[in-house]
Amino acid sequence: MSVVYFLVQQTMFFSIPLLIVALGGMFSEHSGVINIALEGTMILGAFAGILFINAFQSAALGQSPEQLSGPLFGQLSGQLLLFLAIPVAAAAGALISLTHAYASIHMKADQVISGTAINMFAPAFAIYVARMLRTVQQIPFTNEFRLESVPGLGSIPLIGPLFFQNTYITTYIGFLILIAARIVLYKTRFGLRLRACGEHPQSADSVGINVYRMRYAGVILSGMLAGIGGLVFIIPTSTNFNATVSGYGFLALAVLIFGQWKPGRILAAAFFFGLLKAVASSYSGVPLLKGIPIPSNIYKMMPYIVTLIVLAFTSKHSQAPKAEGIPYGKGGRE
Amino acid sequence: MNGRLKQILNLNNSASAISSLTAILVGLLAGFIVLLLSNPSQALGGFGAILTGGVSDRKNMGQMLYFATPIIMTGLSVSFASRTGLFNIGASGQFIAGAYCAVLVSVRAPFLPGPSRWMAALLAAMIAGALWGLIPGALKAFGNVNEVISCIMMNYIGMYLVNFLITQTVFDSLKNQSMRVSGNGNLPKMGLDLLFREGNNVSSANFGIVIAILMAILLCILLEKTQFGYELKACGFNQAAAKYAGINERRSIILSMTIAGAMAGLGGALLYLAGSGKGIDVVDVLAAEGFNGIPVALLALNSPVGVIFSGLFIAYLTVGGFNMQLYSFAPQVIDIIIAIIIYFSAFALLLKNLLRQRALTGQEGEKS
Repeated sequence: MSVVYFLVQQTMFFSIPLLIVALGGMFSEHSGVINIALEGTMILGAFAGILFINAFQSAALGQSPEQLSGPLFGQLSGQLLLFLAIPVAAAAGALISLTHAYASIHMKADQVISGTAINMFAPAFAIYVARMLRTVQQIPFTNEFRLESVPGLGSIPLIGPLFFQNTYITTYIGFLILIAARIVLYKTRFGLRLRACGEHPQSADSVGINVYRMRYAGVILSGMLAGIGGLVFIIPTSTNFNATVSGYGFLALAVLIFGQWKPGRILAAAFFFGLLKAVASSYSGVPLLKGIPIPSNIYKMMPYIVTLIVLAFTSKHSQAPKAEGIPYGKGGRE
Repeated sequence: MNGRLKQILNLNNSASAISSLTAILVGLLAGFIVLLLSNPSQALGGFGAILTGGVSDRKNMGQMLYFATPIIMTGLSVSFASRTGLFNIGASGQFIAGAYCAVLVSVRAPFLPGPSRWMAALLAAMIAGALWGLIPGALKAFGNVNEVISCIMMNYIGMYLVNFLITQTVFDSLKNQSMRVSGNGNLPKMGLDLLFREGNNVSSANFGIVIAILMAILLCILLEKTQFGYELKACGFNQAAAKYAGINERRSIILSMTIAGAMAGLGGALLYLAGSGKGIDVVDVLAAEGFNGIPVALLALNSPVGVIFSGLFIAYLTVGGFNMQLYSFAPQVIDIIIAIIIYFSAFALLLKNLLRQRALTGQEGEKS
């Protein structure tokens, strides 16, 4: 049973960032802008968030030992610090996505090109700034954010160990984002207008919706969520940030397509990939799999191969927003 | 009429050049600002090193040719697919698949006589790259799978598969990379290393650059002078219209991706058979050369011959970046410059159309 608990907990670490970032991509694509810059945006979000955490943690270390042992620097401060790092990551993501929005909305540039530029810029910028600030490119942080067990809920049998032990508050934030995204997209005026801009911007414009503004909103929302997703990915899986999110932004793009641009299906897709990733990274901890002589590289390939196969069968009837990738101009004849 | 057509074509070319140059200038300016912000006193020296590093002596010029070779090939790969309206972001996977097969043949087939060994290695690399391009092409043609996503997946599959295969077949466990290629397994130098040297320091220049340039010319002829090339371009302009005109658009998509893959695969071979002692590192990082093909193709506005020049330019910046480290700047500033160049080259297309339109309307005005 402990193996199942372990796998579920590991799956959470991989699924939640994918979920958050794919939901971000969803907002952008429903507004009509393809955002392949998710990878770069995640990197910059994680970079800003981790730098923020690192600054506070090194400041705390610099203080006298008496203060360090005080109640303020216990569990509470750790969670608060993480909580504060999230808006920092979101702001960084929003900032870089503005450049993508400007190129693809105002300048009507090829959306894939400016996305590629951001993906190239992000790691270079993160390494450059880190090296200029601290001479090494890695930014270390102390993982003081893990919750051994959520008070009260963690002791419930079965559900406790599955969902409320060895976890992070970011997991629950991820689920909150999912619920919020669903409500915003389907139950609000904003969501309806956003989707209209991605399906048929000319019609949206004809009834007085500002297509440019809606698309900016979609892209900035995606930048914020991708930034948060980057931080959420780094916190449980590492103790230093090395200017990479291991291709999770690209994987989130696949999750988005696999999830057919719908929040509920995106959740399912994110957990599917999360499970595959969790198996790939910790199969040696699972007795059943450890016995089978499959090399680790094959496990690592699995999520990508499965994605390809799934896409091959599902892409014929793609429910992608119809106007995605097409710049909108008022004089358009399409 | 004919004269007018020529005029428009000339205009088109000069507008292309102006728009690319604008993107480059903005990128360089941004790079200078980054240097200025991080260390004002060294910025001028550092920026000077970027600009002059590639041409400061003959060895550096040779290094420039060496660095340009693989990215010209991946640039050709990306630009060729673009002409059929496909975005080949999978050059990285195709590149590494080709690199592995080339190293495998060169190391494990010493029985092949003379230069036939490296030739066989290049062929193997092209086949491997072609296969890696064929899969996303076929998925696009028959399953409507977005080629960007499938190419990204193929990049990771290629990377992990090559890492696995290297450890099984040609592994140098001390260096954690592929075994060294020796003798005729490597491309001939053709005296290029001696031509481009500084004192006794020879550069890594080799025959690869000649192959890359020949390939660019070959693709140019294919695209501009053959019916097949015309069909590919027709699909790129308007797939529905091409289909209506009787062009098999599925065949065009698949063949375009296959050829693009073969080019990137060959690029992998040209880098790892260059005789510089470089091996394929077994690390979970995608081959950067594949992604660097994207700016090369963009700067060349997808013209195969233009790719030669844009590839040399990016390589020139790279060599300059190494030299800049003397001024204690991190070399990542080069990537920042390239990223900004890509970003503004997205605008460049807009600028190009604007320039062309303005010039055309200006002429109309003069006539009337």
